[in-house]
Amino acid sequence: MAEQKASTSIEAVESGLAAQGYIASRQIATAVYLSQQIEKPILVEGPAGVGKTELAKAIAAWRGMKMIRLQCYEGLDEAKALYEWKYAKQLLYTQILKDKLGEVLGGAQTLHAALDQLHDFGDVFFSKEFVEPRPLLQALEQPGGCVLLIDEIDKSDAEFESLLLEILSDFQVTIPELGTVSAITPPTVILTSNSERDLGDALKRRCLHLHIGFPEQRLEERIVESRVPSISQTLRRQMVGFIHEIRSLDLKKLPSVSETIDWARVLVLLQASELDTDIVKDTLNVLLKYEADIEAARPQVTTFIAKAARSNVFG
Amino acid sequence: MRENLHRFFRAARGVGVHVSPAESIDAMRAVKQVGFSDRAILRDSLLLTLAKSQDEKLALGDCFDLFFSQPEPRQDQPEADSENASQDSDQSPSSEAAGELGESQHPQELGQLAQMLLSQDRNAIAAAIASASGTASLSDIRYSTQRGIFSSRILDAMGLQRLRDELDELTATNPALAERLRAALDALREAVRDTVSQGLALYAREEAENLRNEILRNAPLARIERRQVAEMRALIRQIARRLRERYSKPRKRQRRGHLDVRRTLRRNAAWGGVPFLTAWKRKHRDRPKIVALCDVSGSVAQVSDFFLLLIHSLHEVVDDVRSFAFSSHMIEVSEILEKNSPEEAMAEIMSKVGFGSSDYGSSLVDFEKDFMSALTPQTTVIVLGDARSNNLDPRADILRRISERSKRLVWLNPEGRLAWGFGDSEMPRYATFCSVVRQCATAQQLERAVSDIVATYQ
Repeated sequence: MAEQKASTSIEAVESGLAAQGYIASRQIATAVYLSQQIEKPILVEGPAGVGKTELAKAIAAWRGMKMIRLQCYEGLDEAKALYEWKYAKQLLYTQILKDKLGEVLGGAQTLHAALDQLHDFGDVFFSKEFVEPRPLLQALEQPGGCVLLIDEIDKSDAEFESLLLEILSDFQVTIPELGTVSAITPPTVILTSNSERDLGDALKRRCLHLHIGFPEQRLEERIVESRVPSISQTLRRQMVGFIHEIRSLDLKKLPSVSETIDWARVLVLLQASELDTDIVKDTLNVLLKYEADIEAARPQVTTFIAKAARSNVFG
Repeated sequence: MRENLHRFFRAARGVGVHVSPAESIDAMRAVKQVGFSDRAILRDSLLLTLAKSQDEKLALGDCFDLFFSQPEPRQDQPEADSENASQDSDQSPSSEAAGELGESQHPQELGQLAQMLLSQDRNAIAAAIASASGTASLSDIRYSTQRGIFSSRILDAMGLQRLRDELDELTATNPALAERLRAALDALREAVRDTVSQGLALYAREEAENLRNEILRNAPLARIERRQVAEMRALIRQIARRLRERYSKPRKRQRRGHLDVRRTLRRNAAWGGVPFLTAWKRKHRDRPKIVALCDVSGSVAQVSDFFLLLIHSLHEVVDDVRSFAFSSHMIEVSEILEKNSPEEAMAEIMSKVGFGSSDYGSSLVDFEKDFMSALTPQTTVIVLGDARSNNLDPRADILRRISERSKRLVWLNPEGRLAWGFGDSEMPRYATFCSVVRQCATAQQLERAVSDIVATYQ
């Protein structure tokens, strides 16, 4: 019985995401479903432009939750990711305290008593009042839960990963002066990585590991269909077929799904009804981002178009 | 089914996917959510929770397919139960086919195994094999040499002994039936052998690999067989990767030292000395400088292959490395090593200076003439070679000057200490000018030596 429920709710995830225009493969839907059920973050890896960031956006839109995004980069630290003390406010309070020092200490008879009173004030400076929450802390403080996107974690330093560990496993964070802040509702966490560097085992262990590669032809056609509805079916088939041929070449940067969508838009804009050599050669720069890649692909264009057309007939 | 999952985790470890207890708990939780009925979803879920990289995903996917292609052993049922089950299934579908022969003539006399074989009910046989593999704990198989013993254990568990007795009896009384049974038994043996091979592929990969690596690690580089060379290369690359991981990380972390009080105060003068901006002292660190001289002459050809591979990886760990290769004269190879993949670089170097007869003297002369300026008081010089100079002038005086100009001079010799100084070996003479002399004949020694060298710069 439980099993029945599981497969239907995986489908529910799939259709929920599809309603937001995100066509998920079964693996992706399973990952999203499992991450909710066993409350684990998802680490999404794969080439650029296959929809890693989009996935987080789609989940947030589908479940009607706020999305909080933390873009990682080299040198990202606690102060920018987690929380910071409001120095200026603290300084202002010191000034006020200075002016009122006489009043505060007025009652104290001995130096010892005066010091004790000052200590109480010291604690005020490191209270919640003076904490400026950054994305990670904000995500924990959302009462209705949220989708936390930690984008391109591979760009951050190895130290930053360790900072994340507590949040990822227990959805809580410890601020030395204040104690532990736990999530009110555990956020759905999506981490993305382009595998620029290897992530630590500790981080990987805390996540479901999802690899999004280039989609299969059928799936990609459905993605184009949902994103660029105005494109004709024949053209859609041809162009997706063509892109799959291009991906078999040894290129510096293979065209990914975002390029496919861009290209579909361009073709619609140019009012193309089907692929022909000229139009492909003119728009090749939408698909390929390096001059060398374009040079490499150009002589193949005619053969690829023919191949894509042929596979249409049989497929 | 739980039992089955545990066996799968073991199989996963076998293909090199690290499944820690915590991960197996996650996987169990995931499986509890999705259930077993949909195999595709089960596969996805296990891949999501267990695999930590794309490579692991591929390996684990294969492992999953292999694992679940086996008929599920019925371990949760007691032995008697499964016997009954197989007997049931053997009677119902096959009564017409085998009825006239086996059962009608010898319904009680023949044992369960014989009846099953005669009925040729494949499902029942497969289930019986699987169940017997469980009894024989096939999942403990580690080495390919254990194949025979596991096969016979499984066959024994299935009741081979009784079958043999019956065969002897039948040969006298009913030769035709005996013939049929014998053929069926051969087929069964084959099926069991396949099962054992599959078990070996599933459960033994890791152990076998570890064992092979362990042997390779300690095998003399010079005496590696041709078929092992590729594996050895992979091993050296693994060592290089480990060195890189170990030594490239902490360098970054240690850059920041203590708080620089003076600079902090000066910087924050504008805020009345309240330290908003902090200044840190930088830790002083020697920039690693390594000069590697690698003998690529005929006598050490095979070893120098590995030396070059390791130097190649040194180039990745340490910023400032200059490498030289020589047999009768010396050339700089830093650029070749940096620009090319290890294989290409090695081929190019070998074609330029390799395989000659070694002349340490004239090579050292080359070095002194052209590259002496590469040495500074911070440089560590590594010489990789056997110090066999074909009875030519060793020019130990140049080595002395090299040693004087540099911080350290390390000599790694692939020959054992016993051989030093015999024949044309000039090792004792050179050794007087070296800070460290080490035998370096196995991958393990190579790793230790290089690790020590790099570590001194941390």
